[in-house]
Amino acid sequence: MSTQPLPVERPAGGASPPQPSLLSKKRRKLVSDPFGDNNPITVQVLGICSALAITTQMRTAGVMAIAVVFVVATSNVVIALIRKSIPERIRMIVQLMVVASLVVLVDQVLKAYAYEMSRQLSVYIGLIITNCIVMGRLEAFALRNGAGDSFLDGIGNGVGYGAILMVVAFFRELFGSGTLFGWQIVPQVFYDLGYRNNGVMLTPAAAMFVIGILIWIHRSRKPKLIDIS
Amino acid sequence: MELVNIFIRAAFIENMVLAYFLGMCSFLAVSKSVKTATGLGLAVIFMLSVTAPLNWAVNEYLLTKGSFGRISPALADVDLTFLQFIVFIAVIASMVQLLEMIMERYFPPLYTALGIFLPLITVNCAILGGSLFMVERELDLAESAVFGFGSGFGFFLAIVALAAIREKLRYSNIPAPLRGLGIAFIITGLMGLAFMSFAGISL
Repeated sequence: MSTQPLPVERPAGGASPPQPSLLSKKRRKLVSDPFGDNNPITVQVLGICSALAITTQMRTAGVMAIAVVFVVATSNVVIALIRKSIPERIRMIVQLMVVASLVVLVDQVLKAYAYEMSRQLSVYIGLIITNCIVMGRLEAFALRNGAGDSFLDGIGNGVGYGAILMVVAFFRELFGSGTLFGWQIVPQVFYDLGYRNNGVMLTPAAAMFVIGILIWIHRSRKPKLIDIS
Repeated sequence: MELVNIFIRAAFIENMVLAYFLGMCSFLAVSKSVKTATGLGLAVIFMLSVTAPLNWAVNEYLLTKGSFGRISPALADVDLTFLQFIVFIAVIASMVQLLEMIMERYFPPLYTALGIFLPLITVNCAILGGSLFMVERELDLAESAVFGFGSGFGFFLAIVALAAIREKLRYSNIPAPLRGLGIAFIITGLMGLAFMSFAGISL
């Protein structure tokens, strides 16, 4: 369990594989795994709470995704750096303090530069603190690994989470309000012919259906993930 | 009467799980059998009823603008509301830890029954969400205590109901990839739609 140096290159968004010469296969796996076999939402079922409330629009979902990537990656690094000096019994409180400070940072930045957005997200920015993805990664990964690996793990999980948020938001905004990122997509002609927006897509229940169906699709393509019980 | 209204609203109309979908992680993970679901539900009721009024007091006497004015007029301008998240989660986490230690020492059977759920509760969005909603809606001390208890009760009802449904589901023929998690999501969505029929009721 040696402390590994921070990677020099910051993987842009985590989507493109980082430089192979710098990063071993194992490290690349840390970033790519959360997209498929180990997705935080559809496989680990973490962080559902905020996933549902803010996915009625792609714009709010995007801001949320960026905030979560930032918090997961940074808190993973911080905890990995101080992991050896945290007493076992109060580790939850230490982790929560680190996460909460980062979330306050995000919240204040949003309030200062994007006040409308921060009003729309209301309590859900605060709820990133209790987003199980953050705590889950800290408990499962950062407490046992070095800062560099933890950073990659955080980026991978944050982006994997954000990707699902965007997919859910895509369907909900398209069918619920006929727009994407606030731009009108469904042409006016359709409305004139009697097409209506589907109001159910804007209720939280629809988010449950969309995620349920995503899980269904994901698992039928990867049969080893099927729940036997 | 106002308090009864808040209780009914928190438990049914604005149910923490089925209307706001908070506390989903543990809601889905621990709803495989009615027995464990009851355990988690009771723990959540307890924590919400304790932390909501406690956080109300902390917020009112330490964080809101002007609360230090009581000590000295020079400090009347201090506004610490930006620390809300950190302070609330610290209160919740230390309450959970305290509860865990007290139970381990004095009620070992209860500890073995609820023990594994306690760390889960710290990161249960419903608990922090309860405190944040309480601030957003500007409740007073008695109201926030009732609100906390009501929300906890709503969570308890919802998780026991889902667990009961999932126990019955074992006998139905669901497509294999949808089994377990997928169908649980869809059931929760349907329960949420059903709970929407409470909307608009007030006493």
